[in-house]
Amino acid sequence: MSGVGAARAMGLVVRRELRLGFRRPDQLLQPLVFFLIVTTLFPLGLNLRLSLLREMAPGVLWVAALLASLLSLDALFKSDADDGTLEQLALSGHGLTLIVIAKTLAHWLTSGAALVLVSPLVATALAIPTSAFPVMAASLALGSLTLSWLGAIGAGLTVGVKRGNVLLSLIVLPLAMPLLIFGAAATDRAVGGTDATGPLYFLGALCVFTSTLAPFAAAAALRITLE
Amino acid sequence: MNGIIGLAVEKIHVWRGERHVLKGVSLTLASGESLHVAGPNGTGKTTLLRVISGLMRPEQGTVSWAGRPIGQAPLEYQAALAYASHEPALKGDLSALENLVFSVGLKRRVDAARLREALARTGVEACADLPARVLSAGQRRRVALARVLSFEAPLWLLDEPFTNLDAAGVALVAGLIEEHTARGGLALVVAHHDLRLGGAARRLDLN
Amino acid sequence: MWTWFYRLASPPSVYRIAAVATPWLLAGALLAIAYGTIDGLAFAPPDYQQGDAFRIIYVHAPSAWLSLFGYMVMAVTGAIGLIWRIKMGYAVAAASAPIGASFTVLALVTGSLWGRPMWGTYWAWDPRLTSELILLFLYVGVMSLRSAFEDPARGDRAAALLAVVGVVNVPIIHYSVQWWNSLHQGATVAKMGKPEMPGSMLWPLLSMMLGFMLFYAAVLSMRVRGEVLNRERQSAWVRAAVE
Repeated sequence: MSGVGAARAMGLVVRRELRLGFRRPDQLLQPLVFFLIVTTLFPLGLNLRLSLLREMAPGVLWVAALLASLLSLDALFKSDADDGTLEQLALSGHGLTLIVIAKTLAHWLTSGAALVLVSPLVATALAIPTSAFPVMAASLALGSLTLSWLGAIGAGLTVGVKRGNVLLSLIVLPLAMPLLIFGAAATDRAVGGTDATGPLYFLGALCVFTSTLAPFAAAAALRITLE
Repeated sequence: MNGIIGLAVEKIHVWRGERHVLKGVSLTLASGESLHVAGPNGTGKTTLLRVISGLMRPEQGTVSWAGRPIGQAPLEYQAALAYASHEPALKGDLSALENLVFSVGLKRRVDAARLREALARTGVEACADLPARVLSAGQRRRVALARVLSFEAPLWLLDEPFTNLDAAGVALVAGLIEEHTARGGLALVVAHHDLRLGGAARRLDLN
Repeated sequence: MWTWFYRLASPPSVYRIAAVATPWLLAGALLAIAYGTIDGLAFAPPDYQQGDAFRIIYVHAPSAWLSLFGYMVMAVTGAIGLIWRIKMGYAVAAASAPIGASFTVLALVTGSLWGRPMWGTYWAWDPRLTSELILLFLYVGVMSLRSAFEDPARGDRAAALLAVVGVVNVPIIHYSVQWWNSLHQGATVAKMGKPEMPGSMLWPLLSMMLGFMLFYAAVLSMRVRGEVLNRERQSAWVRAAVE
């Protein structure tokens, strides 16, 4: 038998997702533009009180990043569920958990990792000093990956629901609050020039924890919706 | 190898809310046999197929493959399975060939040339490099059939494979099913369409 | 060996047990709450710092505790439904959600009323109250998810899974909110229910706790009966019971 190993199968799913993503570049760019727009709203809303803005910058950056990543989560399983691809994936002989891992990682590469890449731009606009960029990028990377795992559970649960994207946010945001706390704290400390390793370790721990458990929960969620 | 029981379905019960959709359906399918599951809308044809594929767990009853309940070794069972749902499961932004590369590639190692051959057999060779979104419904159905062929799996589960096909297409699919069973394969076909399958074709009416 | 468990979890027996238990639970709840209220409001000494304002603890602490307990019940019975495919697990989970959410709202309202004399404002992002608020969001998520599905069986399973995911997250949320709060203020915030209490204050509190638990159980069994009747409305025994 010419079996296909787990690593090869994951690679195939990731490549498929990336190719699909890059065939529709506008859909990849939209969450990033949303990220920029939301951060633009704050200076406008604060009437250019720049000192206030500077103090709020880490929180603003993190809230905007959370909302922007939520936008693309809805599509994680939806189109596959609608056109029957999800059933083919579920019966591919690799188990749904592996498929979920591959799809979520691919999703993070096109959403979370992209957010990390544009975050220096947003940070400059919010007057975050360059010295804080490494910590900020690290916290965003860990946080957005964790959010992708949590989002995979939420997306799996709401696949079968019509217009489920508000519901998805309602489900995922409360679970994501610890991320916001530690992520914004890490960035805040880096801006203030103090040691940010504490909150970063917390973020890392949350990331490892969700990466371990969330794929199983998301696969279970998809099984419920597939039935 | 004719006559060996491959698939055994025993007393499947499924409720959808308050509706008792499948009331104790049993069937067996041996190597070289095909079974046409017929019945009007809403009698649970697709549900039965999804239960047999393992996508759905029945409230009661078992599905066994090669003498073992499919829940015991689901991944091995899936490797022996080619399932074609009602939707053709094609991504509009990928070409027909790319679609097959990614979905067939999960089950077995194949090269593009073999996949093109399969597309040629279902009569859509010319569409191989076109994005699936520009194909007609009938062409998509044919691409989905090429995927079933390329899986090279013994057990075919086909849900309404004749939808959107012209007369030549219907004859082609019937021919492919016959060819598959003649080589010892098993085929379970759900269709409200009247179907002439030669050989050891049987028919199960759900109502 | 598990047959007794399945038999106990069959709809008619759940319905009967709930019917028998409800009046006893209600009576117990009434007694315990009556004693707790009278003793707590009239006879317990006022707090040396907070005066009479502390007395709201007799409602706040039990509701905060039951908001968590209701969530636990929802998650555990949901998990029982998911793992052993016992449908009554979902019925209990569905019945527990609104009760727990109501206690969460009650804890939030009493907490902020308590905050008014303490902090001079109704809402000061106290870590406990913030966790309580997030718990309310979790409840809302579970309940909305259940009702979002057209197929109730699917909604039950999805809600159960989300409740279990939420239970794993509740301690994480709780500790991260505490960590977040400790960043900005020290331990100046009043500790609710933590400090040593003299017996004259403690007994009414314990009685209220017990009373609220019994009240929760009573409302739960009433709601479970409703859920069972609704879910089993096609079955012969329900028709016989109704007629």
